[in-house]
Amino acid sequence: MTDQTATADPAPVKAAKERGQWADVWAQFRTHKGALIGSGVFLTIVATVLFGPYIWTVDPGYQDFRSRNMRHILACFSLPWGEIASCFTSPDTAAVNVTWVHPLGTDNIGRDTLARLLFGGRISMAVGLTAMAIALLLGTLIGILSGYFRRIDGPLMRLTDLFLALPLLPLLLVMVLLFRERLSSAFGPEGGIFILIVCGIGITSWMPTARIVRGDVLALKEREFVLAARSIGTRPARMILRHVLPNVMSPIMVSATLGIATAIITESALSFLGLGFPPDFPTWGRLLNDGVQYMQQYPERVVWPGALISVVVLSVNYIGDGLRDALDPRIRGL
Amino acid sequence: MPDGSTLPLVSVQNLKMHFPIHGGLLRRQVGEVKAVDGVSFDIAEGETLGLVGESGCGKSTCGRAILRLYDPTEGEIRIDGTDIAGLNHKDLRAKRPVMQMVFQDPQASLNPRMTVEAIIAEPLDEHTTMTTAEKREKVRELMDAVGLNRAFAGRYPHAFSGGQRQRIGIARALALNPKFIVCDEPIAALDVSIQAQVVNLLEDLQRQFGLTYLFISHDLSMVRHIATRVAVMYLGKIVEIAPREALYEAPKHPYTQALLSAVPEPDPAFRTARTILQGDVPSPANPPQGCNFCTRCPQVMDICHKTEPSMRELAPGQFAACHLYNETSDHAEAPEAQQEQLEVQ
Repeated sequence: MTDQTATADPAPVKAAKERGQWADVWAQFRTHKGALIGSGVFLTIVATVLFGPYIWTVDPGYQDFRSRNMRHILACFSLPWGEIASCFTSPDTAAVNVTWVHPLGTDNIGRDTLARLLFGGRISMAVGLTAMAIALLLGTLIGILSGYFRRIDGPLMRLTDLFLALPLLPLLLVMVLLFRERLSSAFGPEGGIFILIVCGIGITSWMPTARIVRGDVLALKEREFVLAARSIGTRPARMILRHVLPNVMSPIMVSATLGIATAIITESALSFLGLGFPPDFPTWGRLLNDGVQYMQQYPERVVWPGALISVVVLSVNYIGDGLRDALDPRIRGL
Repeated sequence: MPDGSTLPLVSVQNLKMHFPIHGGLLRRQVGEVKAVDGVSFDIAEGETLGLVGESGCGKSTCGRAILRLYDPTEGEIRIDGTDIAGLNHKDLRAKRPVMQMVFQDPQASLNPRMTVEAIIAEPLDEHTTMTTAEKREKVRELMDAVGLNRAFAGRYPHAFSGGQRQRIGIARALALNPKFIVCDEPIAALDVSIQAQVVNLLEDLQRQFGLTYLFISHDLSMVRHIATRVAVMYLGKIVEIAPREALYEAPKHPYTQALLSAVPEPDPAFRTARTILQGDVPSPANPPQGCNFCTRCPQVMDICHKTEPSMRELAPGQFAACHLYNETSDHAEAPEAQQEQLEVQ
């Protein structure tokens, strides 16, 4: 495109394309196959854990003592060829310990795995998303403030170093000891511990985001378009919202997608140590940890929650990748 | 300085911009980079002052300090009657619409995440209370004025060529109807055919809107084309300031002479004797004693190492700061300068 075309008669180029920015973003997002598949998988999992317990109405806490340590129904395939079909039609008489009442099996005290996975998914997803949102908000805020305002850069970055140096688990232990009772009495036992865990993970995992954002803001601040905005007289708040924040979206997106995974796994570690939700309260992390000691005989107890965590993390990563591309006008090709 | 009758639009007096150097264990100030060290000039309304000099001589810093993008160390900057060097943020912001800037790199000076319309409308968002529809119309008018197709308003900067991007930058600078525009090497990042288009556009806009330019460039032939007066900078100081014809026909300062002799000559048969300067520009953190140019000057004298030369008028409107003209100058300052010289000796 040369300047001649720009100065020429405007008639040949029609300004017909008057659709909004978000329509363009969606159009670009749709071209990213991984992101589309990722969002499909993610939405399916969200819908399943949200509405699944209304369809599969087994109580996840009910202990069916007569059918403890059931295998999942697919264990029929481990039988010789001739017995597979009969195993599926009448599992009670089969050589493996399976039943259609508990299609994914039960644990060592007879609780239904499918129901526990569905309920656990709700908690794990909620913890992952909320903790990620808190960490992202804190990290972005502190990163932008310390990158943009030189005067508070030193104190804020030392604060970040301080938080990085804090050992996560003892800190959470102290937090649980200090606040568990008060929060439980205010929001109920589950609500209280949820707030505690989400805040605990959120305020102990914002530091990498803050550092990355600060670095990017420092580089952006020296770009000429920021200088141009200053020569116009743009105020700092507008400067940050209009010029700085949109240009640091990419690293924030990446941090967000990685943050969900970290939050889910941290929650499982906490539950494992007995600091998280009560022992009878299922989350994916707890199911995973409970299953570890039976991994030799019952690998499915580790495989189900592990695979779900991995699939969620992977799909969120793909969504983040697609969103990052879709939000960048250079890639959008406009 | 020239024109005593009408007040100049821009008047810069003894502008100094020093950047501190911190060093040592306690990060104490151990020195300063004297990027701009005592620059004075006036620009009359409707005039174009060309500011030339080699890389690193402080041209861009000077332009940015005049618009208070840096806080100057010392000096007075009077634009349209107000001294902006000491204004607080609120008053300065109110003054911003009078003075605008066109930047060197059109790629870097446009936010890649904003559409052309949003970029040009940003000054309107900040300083006017126009409705969205009015802003839209104003942006379209500005795009017409700088020769951009209206249909491109919804596109992003990366979709444009360098020349078109510079037009976007110019449209943004024009949005608030400024009186004074600092053009900071607006053509340095463009190729030659586009340079001419942009310079012609700047000239057209100057006639149309009655603009005053400070045109910073290292391209001497382009400055000759656009400027009415030219100031030559060396190591943070103006060494010569003169009307265009006088400066190009009869340069007085040895540095100006050397600079002009370096301009490429298109005719291969026509060879001029070039003045080749030896050595490098001294560090602005540690400028030489006496005249800043004394380390490289082909006509250096003893006095140049001791006394800093002062500006004196050598021809009507032509000022230079050089000891060579101490005796020959028949102006009022001459005896004073000689006295100064005697004192030193």
